[in-house]
Amino acid sequence: MRKTFEQFIEDLDHRTGLHSGLRRFLYEEIPASSGWHQVFGSVALFLILIQFFTGAMLAFNYAPTPGDAYSSLRYILTEVTAGRLMRGLHHWGASMIIVIVVLHMVQVFLWGAYKKPREGTWIVGAILLLLTLAYGLTGYLLPWDNRAYFGTVVTTKIGATVPLLGPYVSRLLGSSGDIGVVTFARFYGLHVLLLPPATMLLIVLHVYLVRRHGVAPALGDDARPKKSFFPEQVFKDTVAVFVAFAILFIMAIAVRVPLERMADPTITSYTPRPEWYFLFLFQTLEVLRGAPDVIGTVVLPTIAILALMLTPFIDRSKLVRVRQRTLAAGIVLLAALGWGGLTGAAILGTPPPTAASQIDYSGPIQWMQLTPTELAGVHYFRQEKCATCHNITGDTPKTGPNLLNTSKRHDADWLMKHFMDPASVTKGSVMKPVDLSDTELKELLSLMMKLTPENGDVVDSAPDFAVNGALIFQKNSCGTCHSVNGVGGKIGRPLNGLAQRRNEAWVIQHFQNPQMLSPGSPMPSYKFTPSEMQDEVSYLFTLPDKAPGQ
Amino acid sequence: MPDHKATLTSEAEIYGSTRRAFHLAVVYTLGALIGLAMAIPTILYLLVPPKPRKQSGWIDAGDISQLTPGVPVALSFQESRLDGWRLETEKKTAWVVKEPDNKIVAFGPQCTHLACAYHWDMPSGKFMCPCHGSYFSIEGKVLAGPAPRPLDRYATKIENNRLQIGELKQSAPNA
Repeated sequence: MRKTFEQFIEDLDHRTGLHSGLRRFLYEEIPASSGWHQVFGSVALFLILIQFFTGAMLAFNYAPTPGDAYSSLRYILTEVTAGRLMRGLHHWGASMIIVIVVLHMVQVFLWGAYKKPREGTWIVGAILLLLTLAYGLTGYLLPWDNRAYFGTVVTTKIGATVPLLGPYVSRLLGSSGDIGVVTFARFYGLHVLLLPPATMLLIVLHVYLVRRHGVAPALGDDARPKKSFFPEQVFKDTVAVFVAFAILFIMAIAVRVPLERMADPTITSYTPRPEWYFLFLFQTLEVLRGAPDVIGTVVLPTIAILALMLTPFIDRSKLVRVRQRTLAAGIVLLAALGWGGLTGAAILGTPPPTAASQIDYSGPIQWMQLTPTELAGVHYFRQEKCATCHNITGDTPKTGPNLLNTSKRHDADWLMKHFMDPASVTKGSVMKPVDLSDTELKELLSLMMKLTPENGDVVDSAPDFAVNGALIFQKNSCGTCHSVNGVGGKIGRPLNGLAQRRNEAWVIQHFQNPQMLSPGSPMPSYKFTPSEMQDEVSYLFTLPDKAPGQ
Repeated sequence: MPDHKATLTSEAEIYGSTRRAFHLAVVYTLGALIGLAMAIPTILYLLVPPKPRKQSGWIDAGDISQLTPGVPVALSFQESRLDGWRLETEKKTAWVVKEPDNKIVAFGPQCTHLACAYHWDMPSGKFMCPCHGSYFSIEGKVLAGPAPRPLDRYATKIENNRLQIGELKQSAPNA
């Protein structure tokens, strides 16, 4: 058997040269000093392949046009088997590549491995770093949620500040007006059609150059016997790849990639933030506020990129031991401090996320469709611990019946009697009367009549701030004048779509002094505690843009 | 071309065959683990389609209290269909007849021959298909022409005088 296999390999090699080619590739000689510090290139290559693969997988269920992009991504996250994992791998993989590519460059820089004759390898690597950033920039828009949209608005606005070319670039990207279908198509085309083959070509060139010049030796390597790339270095590379993959896989499962509300260009209150690895650029612009825009957006980045590209020509000194490269270490340390400081400052300067902005739109959001009365009912459902004896979504056996589809079995009168004296309508019921006021009972009742298999999870998934908001809404009879989700008075404006019309600060001020902002408004002023105010405003800002059925 | 054998022998002195075997085992094991961790989700992702979601069974087609018995009316209604991530709403039509005993029948709007749209021909009191001259009675039976089976019927029910339309059922071929 073994003999036949060996014969087969030999015959195959005779005809294709595959086997001997692979051997030649693997049994390359590498310097004796090679080791763990050189694993990052392989890890970066591995992660890029993971990105190509998961990207192709996502394309099976993704519709690349604004609007549809969002709903199809939501479909991937909520309906498609293992879709959440695929997206998680692609999302966190992108961040991880940045980390690994930077570590790879830092290693090469610290060891001075870019020196003659390896200048070309370094420059191709620097271009690959720029391509990696271009993936991040173009991919950021593709989920088409508010985060994607407003982040990209900032990016294209920065592009527009380039002297002379700016307006042209922005017309080229279809972003001279608002970002829309044209920009989206350009970014998508770059992200999936142009960048991947360009990356592939440059990686081939990069690896070819590494092989042509051999792995960079350290001082004293000449005197020591060479090692073989396979299997000793391959072993180290594989262990590093595995560690990276394990971290990525765990992140993809355990850390949810949030999906915000679908992009809505009319919102005026959104605070855009770039992806974490661009925060330092963002903060540089903040620091340079007052100076002409072009300094932060064009001059400094150009200098940085040039310095990076020209590193092998700036430093033409002889090869020394890594410990003696104090200047290089100093530069890396300084860069790390600068990057860390700017990124930290940007994070500190970010306003704390509001409860409304933290809702994960790829999770259950049926509770947003409830009226304030029904949502207040969720409060009493939880307060009275109805779930101790009744099932909604679970199926562990419990004393009382499942409460889904209550409205199909009973009417409101029956249910009211049941709340006040269970045994009067259900013989032998062991349920205690529900000790709530009439108004409160009506709210609980309206929730009960609403529960169906489609929306049953609301009793678990409605966030506390929204339930509190609905409760405050009910206690202050806001529904007398305002409608929410199609229910309520018509004296005031419907509250659906408030997030599009106003920002939170305006709404808070309006609660305190309506006439100051809307002269002649019949609305009384409200004194809420700060936490009540926060809950109320957050609740109102999570209402669907349109009432159901409109 | 360098002589691999020679380098490997000289190297074996420092590298040792046990370490080499260990390294190989780790490379193959970790490689297989990564392959497996990617292959399983990929197979699930590609080959296990999402569960079809329940569609609302009945569609409201409007008030039918004003219908005159024996006079067919074309009622149109909106049918929503979930196509992946998209909710498609299609306008559909049914020819609705109130029978003398007040029973309601809703016919599918296409001729059973080649799916042309037929209409009610008032003077003759028949459904007429203009394509190939099929005629149907008010009960949907084929009176003339190439139609192979009576008109198809929708499942129907009445709630508060409003017609609810269900699935379109194919009729049995002509006897």
